[in-house]
Amino acid sequence: MSALTDDTLPVTPRAMRDEMVAFAVMAVLLAIVPLTGIYPFFVMQALCFALLACAFNLLVGYGGLLSFGHAMFLGTAGYVSAHALKVWALPPELGIIIGTAAACGLAVITGYISIRRQGIYFSMITLALSQLLYFIYLQAPFTHGEDGIQGIPQGFLFGVFNLAKPTVLYYVVLAGFLGGFLLIYRTINSPFGEVLKSIRENEPRAISLGYKTDQYKLLAFILSGTLAGFAGSLKVFVAQNASLTDVHWSMSGEIVLMTLVGGLGTIFGPVVGAFIIIAMQQYLAGYGQWVTVIQGVIFVACVLTFRRGIIGEVARLLRRSL
Amino acid sequence: MQALYAQLLVGLINGSFYALLSLGLAVIFGMLNIINFAHGALYMMGAFCAYFLLNIAGINYWWALLIAPIVVGIFGMILERTMLQWLSGLDHVYGLLLTFGIALIIQGIFQNYFGSSGLPYQIPDALRGGINLGFMFLPIYRGWVVVFSLVICLATWFLIEKTQLGAYLRAATENPTLVRAFGINVPRMITLTYGLGVGLAALAGVLSAPINQVRPLMGADLIIVVFAVVVIGGMGSIMGSIITGFALGVIEGLTKYFYPEASNTVVFVLMVLVLLVKPTGLTGRAA
Repeated sequence: MSALTDDTLPVTPRAMRDEMVAFAVMAVLLAIVPLTGIYPFFVMQALCFALLACAFNLLVGYGGLLSFGHAMFLGTAGYVSAHALKVWALPPELGIIIGTAAACGLAVITGYISIRRQGIYFSMITLALSQLLYFIYLQAPFTHGEDGIQGIPQGFLFGVFNLAKPTVLYYVVLAGFLGGFLLIYRTINSPFGEVLKSIRENEPRAISLGYKTDQYKLLAFILSGTLAGFAGSLKVFVAQNASLTDVHWSMSGEIVLMTLVGGLGTIFGPVVGAFIIIAMQQYLAGYGQWVTVIQGVIFVACVLTFRRGIIGEVARLLRRSL
Repeated sequence: MQALYAQLLVGLINGSFYALLSLGLAVIFGMLNIINFAHGALYMMGAFCAYFLLNIAGINYWWALLIAPIVVGIFGMILERTMLQWLSGLDHVYGLLLTFGIALIIQGIFQNYFGSSGLPYQIPDALRGGINLGFMFLPIYRGWVVVFSLVICLATWFLIEKTQLGAYLRAATENPTLVRAFGINVPRMITLTYGLGVGLAALAGVLSAPINQVRPLMGADLIIVVFAVVVIGGMGSIMGSIITGFALGVIEGLTKYFYPEASNTVVFVLMVLVLLVKPTGLTGRAA
């Protein structure tokens, strides 16, 4: 059976250098966005989803665990941050921390339950768990059901940065994204990441070498869920609302789609995928449910002809690690 | 007590759908190694097929019970021939992703033309009304759904566990290469198996059309519950799928009576409990 990402190149100094160059290019391009006149709201939204997809990719691309319920971390962190900001009137930094911590706690519990099964069962379990949370949030009073939490105050980060100004907010979101991205990059290239990859390639062998694979998988799950939650907390400041759509299974599907389009198990793929999918939704917003149909077609096309994703194919053509 | 019995009956009906759908998922997974995410969408197509047959062609419910599963089954076999068969040998995850995409396409198209509201489907004349059983009033159609689903489930079990064809099927599940060496056309069996599983889903859709209205998203949430049912029961045993399906339906019905707030979530909570106590599922072998 061929693994999800079967042609990852070995980590060499050259690969590291390529990745660093690509990272620098990405950071510079993103940093000059406010000067170009591109609608910053779109890019901020895409950045939140890019971080979310990168967090998801850490689990599937490097741990071989396809979570079909990652929306639960996005939604949980979003709701908790929104509640903390609006009802408790906490400053933004505390709102982000509390939301991310909530996602982390959720990841500990759901990770402990879902890593008990492998492969396809893992996907079904994470999907069912996120549906469980969806129904809980639908009924819980603090989420305001179908209405969601709206009109969330943005406030002053650290008492200094006025997040109500789009440019300030943009750089804060960008800093959050780049920080999360580097953390994931560091994790992938750490000894922990190497063990994770070995579990993906051949779990029985990793066990026979003495690794407690369940602990590695749980830790990867917690890290992934926490970072997904961080993305959800950032998104609260951009969208200024938290609603049920962020916990719905279709959102989990979109996260999978972004990563699949960009390239499972590639470092920059999820970022590219997130920008493509968010842009597509933006431009096709007037076409109603045809967006769903197009998403379905992209899923089918990717799986049948394009399993490496855009960045995966580019990296293979250039024989570089991206 | 009336209300309790009524909820038990609703539970049995939902249990019938869980059983029919999880049975199909298990049969398909056995042969194709694919978790068919499109199962909910194909269930919905079964219901729409019955609706079209009645309202466009004037063909009644009884014929729909036969025609809809065949039509949707053939559609499923086309899907298998044109797309799913290319996934053999790849990671299981790709099957899930591909069928998820197919589900999005089918549901999106139906939503475009029929919106999200439900279309009514008349209960056939012969099954209207109800019987007073003394302790409760039994609407005939609901009783029919439970009995007929049970018969279909047991017939499927018999087909797979007790007949020559079923023996080939089970053998091909264990070792397709060897079965091919005996001169049995395994790829054709795979296609037919997918058609069978999909046909069962479409049949459940026809049965459900008069009870739950015909809606484009009628299968979208149902399939997630059925996944939880499959995780609880495991996919190793046909009878296990049937019993788990009905049992979970009944438990859900009881929850609706005793603690309605939890009726949406009880199956998922049970899944968590089962995973904590017996991670392989109630009847499943280690996956």
